[in-house]
Amino acid sequence: MYDFEYHKPGSLADAVKLLSADPDSKPISGGQTLLPALKHRLNKPTSVIDLSGIAELKGVRREGDKLVIGALAKHVEVATSPEVKAAIPALAQMASTIGDTQVRNRGTIGGSVANNDPAADYPSAVLGLNATIVTDKRRIAADDFFQGMFTTALEPGELLVAIEFPVPEKAGYAKMRNPASRYVMAGAFVAKTGGGVRVAINGAGPGVFRQAEMEKALAANWSPDAVAGVKQSADGLNSDIHGSAEYRAHLVTVMAKRAVAAAG
Amino acid sequence: MPQVTLTVNGKTNTVEVEGRTLLVELLREKLRLTGTHVGCDTSQCGACVVHVDGESVKACTILALQANGSQVTTIEGLAKPDGTLHPMQEAFREYHALQCGFCTPGMVMSAIDLVQKHPDGLSEKEIREGLEGNLCRCTGYHNIVKAIAAAQDVMHGRAQTLAPAAE
Repeated sequence: MYDFEYHKPGSLADAVKLLSADPDSKPISGGQTLLPALKHRLNKPTSVIDLSGIAELKGVRREGDKLVIGALAKHVEVATSPEVKAAIPALAQMASTIGDTQVRNRGTIGGSVANNDPAADYPSAVLGLNATIVTDKRRIAADDFFQGMFTTALEPGELLVAIEFPVPEKAGYAKMRNPASRYVMAGAFVAKTGGGVRVAINGAGPGVFRQAEMEKALAANWSPDAVAGVKQSADGLNSDIHGSAEYRAHLVTVMAKRAVAAAG
Repeated sequence: MPQVTLTVNGKTNTVEVEGRTLLVELLREKLRLTGTHVGCDTSQCGACVVHVDGESVKACTILALQANGSQVTTIEGLAKPDGTLHPMQEAFREYHALQCGFCTPGMVMSAIDLVQKHPDGLSEKEIREGLEGNLCRCTGYHNIVKAIAAAQDVMHGRAQTLAPAAE
């Protein structure tokens, strides 16, 4: 790892100031992705800005028909939070399956969503639940936020503050993990809300995406059988040593079925 | 150089570090607490697990500066000053839960966190799942799981002494 300066600002305003003063700086929260990347020298920040002391980024709370989760909420907090379990049990369940215990004790929802790893779990919950990303500057709809592999609508120096999840009527998540790495080969997050049905697919493609045909099928008939007949096209899906695009396309339908069954 | 002040196994230390210094490097190279191992250095194997403010973390994937002000417990901090082993250490010995011993410090630290988080007790399946972040390449995990199952009864006061391993 190359060396860098370390700063730990006490407020959001100070963090934004530090990040905008140095275009080669990087924010860090749990560091479960950034530190491995720095060890591989995939990145050479001049300074690392530790967000963990910023109160504005913390907390999990219910606000009317929304669940608001601060960017610094660790996976273990989301997995065990009574508010999350009561409002969106599928989200708590998802958080309990990210990485391993030690990763969940450090990694944060803000870090995962801002990083947008194609094999990450949270992006499909954010997209599937039609969540809103709140930054220090603006509010971004999930449909506009995720822009493909490791790419989001966040601008340089812009910080993810919280995620607002509309509380759904029903939601479920299912994933197939690579048996060795435990990363997602294909995952599906399904949600039934007052605004309609949404299906978000992670792990299978270069970025999280919505599956319109499955959404239509589930809107007409909310049952695992309704998606069983919907074939995902293999075009554009990931193909690597872990599985072909065709295999992943097949998994998408299987995971969607399981997610609907899990949602009940 | 920046300074880190942290309490390790009850003793407060102030150490000069670089920005990039990892907690495990501080523990092993600055404080000479070499019981915490580095296996993969990619946060997969769990040989480096320590407790930071009571939570098990991989010390190879946290900066020393991120641990500033925290309470750290390493494998060296488990036994009593008179040498009496922690029930989990005793169980690993009794159940022969190690061969080469490389993964053992991390296994023990993860196991203690796992047991502490489950006061109602863990099934064999839950113990196996709870060890997802720790890899052992010798024993095939069976004796590790048995040791943790036995140690939890002592740790939660359901047994006065460790159940002896079968002959």
